[in-house]
Amino acid sequence: MMLLTLYWEFFKTGLFAVGGGLATLPFLKAMGAQYGWFTQAQLVDMVAVSEATPGPIGVNMATYVGFTHAGIPGAVVATLGLITPSIIIILIVASVLQKFRSNKYVEMGFYGMRPVSTGLIAAALIGLMIICLFGAGSIKDFAQTAVFAPKPLILFAALMVLTNIKKVKDLHPILFIAVSAVIGIIFNYSE
Amino acid sequence: MTFAKIGSMMFGGGMAMLPLLQRELVDNKKWVTEEEILDYYAIGQCTPGIIAVNTATFVGRKRKGLPGGIAATLGVVFPSIVIITIIAAFLSNFADIKAVKDAFAAIRVCVCVLILNSVIKLGKKTVVDAPTAVIFVLVVAGMLLLDVSPVLFVIGGALCGIVIKSLGVGKK
Repeated sequence: MMLLTLYWEFFKTGLFAVGGGLATLPFLKAMGAQYGWFTQAQLVDMVAVSEATPGPIGVNMATYVGFTHAGIPGAVVATLGLITPSIIIILIVASVLQKFRSNKYVEMGFYGMRPVSTGLIAAALIGLMIICLFGAGSIKDFAQTAVFAPKPLILFAALMVLTNIKKVKDLHPILFIAVSAVIGIIFNYSE
Repeated sequence: MTFAKIGSMMFGGGMAMLPLLQRELVDNKKWVTEEEILDYYAIGQCTPGIIAVNTATFVGRKRKGLPGGIAATLGVVFPSIVIITIIAAFLSNFADIKAVKDAFAAIRVCVCVLILNSVIKLGKKTVVDAPTAVIFVLVVAGMLLLDVSPVLFVIGGALCGIVIKSLGVGKK
């Protein structure tokens, strides 16, 4: 039963996450909230692990969630669920490639879907920032539970500047993650 | 298959894979041309699902039909499954060590920065005129304030796109 649920949930994610990579994030966030398979903080850890390991982020996340809840069969089932819609859709699209690309309704649909995808990721990000930067539970109890600790905010600002400086910004994200880890250990970030 | 090799070399998802794919598939194996790769990639980006998986399915299908499409896709995801399973198995054992907690507390902040940068980059490409800006704002507000599945927004967005474009509003 668990395996079936995992497959179905990731199938939906694979079907509706348009734009690759982080597009799966809002779906995973909703999944965590609905089933309690992982906390929001764990989800962010998963993003970090995915950034720091080879392979597509969506696949990594599916494997991770599947494994932590149903072992190796779970990892395989969740990943297959995620990629099934892609395989089916691409096989269909590939056989009608030219028609698909020039179909005006497909183009119109994507025109409206792309900002939705960006908006979904942005909303998921805001939710995660509330947790990771302010330690608050959710946007609804933000006013009561938010803590304005300087440490995460300083790191956030510093990284935001660094990752937008020419030359530095093209460095691999794993470097920023590694530097953050070191800073976290030196300055006791979990306190 | 070659896709397993590519899967194991791809750090950081989607975009990281384009140069690798070009080198492996175009220069070394000569399975597809440079233009074909870019085409596949563009389609992979605007169809649902993981870009790397989509591209792999495309190339595999072109080479060996249906079985090729499936084999290439499994090749891409296989290394991830193995690596992540190993990490997941170890991570839970380390989660209580204080240094690990400290490291992850700071890493989470870093991840927020990385995602924010991605959102900004994506936004420049996807929010291109007034209607798309309105859609973007509505989705962000809707997701934060209502308890609705993201699926509804995606379907709604597609419908809005068709309606808006049919009415001839927005950038041509």
